[in-house]
Parts: sequence; C-alpha cells; structure tokens
Amino acid sequence: MIKIRNLYKSFGKLEVLKDISTDIAKGDVVAIIGPSGSGKSTFLRCLNLLEVPTSGQVWIGEDEITNPKINIMKVRQKIGMVFQHFHLFPHMDTLGNITYAPMKVKGLKEAEAKQKAMELLKKVGLEDKANEYPVRLSGGQKQRVAIARALAMEPEIMLFDEPTSALDPEMVKEVLDVMKSLAQSGMTMAIVTHEMGFAREVADRVFFLEEGRLLEDTPPVEFFSNPKTERAKAFLDKIL
Amino acid sequence: MNLDFSQIVPSIPFILKGIWVTLQIVSVSLIFGFILGTILSIFKIGKLAILRWFADAYTSIFRGTPLILQLFLIYFATPQLTGIDISAYAAAVLTFGLNSAAYVSEIIRAGIQAVDKGQREAAEALGVPYRPMLINIILPQAIKNILPALVNEFITLTKESAIISTIGVLDIMRRAQIVSAERYIAFEPLMFAAILYYIMVMALTLLGRLLERRMRRSD
Repeated sequence: MIKIRNLYKSFGKLEVLKDISTDIAKGDVVAIIGPSGSGKSTFLRCLNLLEVPTSGQVWIGEDEITNPKINIMKVRQKIGMVFQHFHLFPHMDTLGNITYAPMKVKGLKEAEAKQKAMELLKKVGLEDKANEYPVRLSGGQKQRVAIARALAMEPEIMLFDEPTSALDPEMVKEVLDVMKSLAQSGMTMAIVTHEMGFAREVADRVFFLEEGRLLEDTPPVEFFSNPKTERAKAFLDKIL
Repeated sequence: MNLDFSQIVPSIPFILKGIWVTLQIVSVSLIFGFILGTILSIFKIGKLAILRWFADAYTSIFRGTPLILQLFLIYFATPQLTGIDISAYAAAVLTFGLNSAAYVSEIIRAGIQAVDKGQREAAEALGVPYRPMLINIILPQAIKNILPALVNEFITLTKESAIISTIGVLDIMRRAQIVSAERYIAFEPLMFAAILYYIMVMALTLLGRLLERRMRRSD
C-alpha cells in the first residue's frame, strides 16, 4: 500500500529525515514514536506530500507521489489526515466540515453527502452535534469530527499526526476509542503518537525514529519488552 | 470676528451637489481599486515569481509617491505623452482606483496570510484544489481580518478625494472654494464642507461596524 525508498528531507541545512526505506501493507497499523525533533511528523507529512521529500521515492498504491508529474490532489483523496490541532473549518458547522470535500472534490450531491456525514457522526458518537460550529465543541469532539471529515472521503489510508497531544487528559480516551475501532475495521493507519499504551495495544508495528533515522521497525510487544537498539531502550526508560 | 453662516445659505444647494460628485468618484474608484487590489493580492500570494514581483513593484511605486503627484501625472502628463485628452473625472477615478489598489492588495494579502496555515493544509490533505480552497476556506476567514482595515482605506479614500478639486472636478471641496471666492468668505463654506465630509465618513464607519458585527456571529 505504501512503499518508501531512500527518503531524505532537509529544511535548509538541517537534515530531518535520513535514508528511510520501508513498506506499509494494506491493513497495517503503524505507531511512529521517538523523541521530539526526531522527524516523526515530517515523515508522516511526506506520505501525502504536505512536505516534499528532498530525495527518495514514495509510492501510494501504484502511484509514485514523488514523481513531479503525478496529480497529487487525486492521490490525497485516498489519504485521510488528522492533525494535532484539528484544523476544522471554523466558519462551517460540523456537517459543513464533513460534507465540504466530498461535495467539492468528489461531486457528491448534498443529500448524499449529508447522509454519509450523519452515518460517520454516529460512528464517532456525535450525531447530536451535527449543526454545532467548531468553537462550541470540546477538543475531543473536534478531533472526532476531524476524523469523520477525513473518513468522509473514503480514504484507503489514514495518517494521524499526534491526534491526542493537544487534548485534555479526560478527552484522550474518546479519540483513541474511535481510532481503535477504525484499526479493527482494517484501515491502513500511520500514527505519530506519544500514547504508548495505545501503541502497544492497537499497533501491528512500531517505528522508532531518532535523529531522522528509522532505527526500529518491530512488533509492539517485542519493542516495549525488548527493544533492539540501545537508543530505543534509553527512550523507553525515560518515558515508561 | 464676523461669522455669518446666513451668507452661504443661497449657495448651499450648489455645495450639496458636490456630495453626488464626490460619492460617484469615490464609489467608482473604490470598486475599481478593490477589484484590482484583489487581483494583485492573489499575485502576491501566488506561486509565480514574475507576478509576485510585479505586484510588489506596483505597490511600492503607488505607496512611495504622493497621491497628488500621481493625479497630476495622469491628468496633465499623460496627454502630453500620448496626445489623448483625459477628462478630469476619468483621471480622478483612474488615479484613486490605481492608488487604492496598492493599499487594498496589501490589506488582503495580510488578511489571507493571517489565516492559520493549518487551514490550508487541512484542505490540501482532503484533496481540495487551490482555487476552491482559496474561495471557500481561506477567504471567508480572511474577511474578518480584512474588513476593518478595508473600511479604514475607504474612509481615507473619501477624505483624500478632496484633492481632485485641484484638477477642477466640481466636488464638495471645489464647490466650497468657489463659494468662498464668490463671497469673499473662507470659514463658512469650508466649515460646511468639513461637516459634509465628516458625515460621509461617519456613515462609512457605521456601515463598517454593522458588517463586522454580522461577521462575528459565527464566533
């Protein structure tokens, strides 16, 4: 589903990602962890070209998105993304947020888009908030709307960039629960997270990044009990 | 001190007719300046370096030289250069429109760039193309930042329009001067003109506040 070869990314002189190569299969749930500044978010953002890699290749399915000739807008329709700070559209209500892209990009009729949006809202437990504006929602509710918005495009892959880092502690669970059920439904997911419990329970694989290198790609049970590298060990010692 | 406002009473209708002239020139320049300014602002935030350069140079020139000089260049110097006579009215509208566009483009650019860049990323991640993203996502949010500054620009334009009296357009200012010359009095007609300008500016201010309040409803 996702193929990454020799991915490099620099911001000016700062080399943020160094020679990352890996594959993510359909249905894989990957937790990306590592110290801050290790390049986790940049890595995730290279997968839908919100950051353009300096060199290397990324395939999404059959499409090589690092090929300048590719229609990235088309590929992005297949990749949902959820941000740390939600980025809901503040001038649209919940339904408006969810139906905008399916109507504008995919040309869905309003009735159809709304019906789909209501189903998704039900899934994330927010049917009663359909006509609220984002300012009236709590952080956890905003993030669940953001997930519904991404799912409304019927993506094949979902990227999560620290989806619970901006939330009050009591709201983390409601978002993680939605993500868990999404993982169980077979969605291919890449999640930058600091929620180690969630990573251990839900992920199929853990990517450990440090200083822009992919140091480990290990099943979670093994990673958390017996990490391969000293650096991962040191990292886990600090946070667990 | 001998102030006698009754002296200008017969001339009041003559001065009042200037309101229409001033309003006409201001509103046409305003629309012209707004459209051109919007286009320039899109150049400024766009990807094409040549258009960005053009829009920046444009703004720099029109902000960097006096308005009255621009007016004289267009009214007096253009005919000399091209042989085409330009009416005072057209010169006024052209000057104010071109000049206002420079300021408006900066106002809109700043308003657009003040919108959280996460909004753009969220739209991009959903596969929304540039144009609908700008129109449906960015601009509606930018308007809130833009509106107060834009009203301010319109107020400035209304007041500055008085300099068209220097090329003989019969606006409020010019008419006040004529009355002043006819009756050998300065204070009364000028004071009357000042009140007219003030009322127009207050009306614009009020309109701006009403619009702003409407916009804040979704907050």
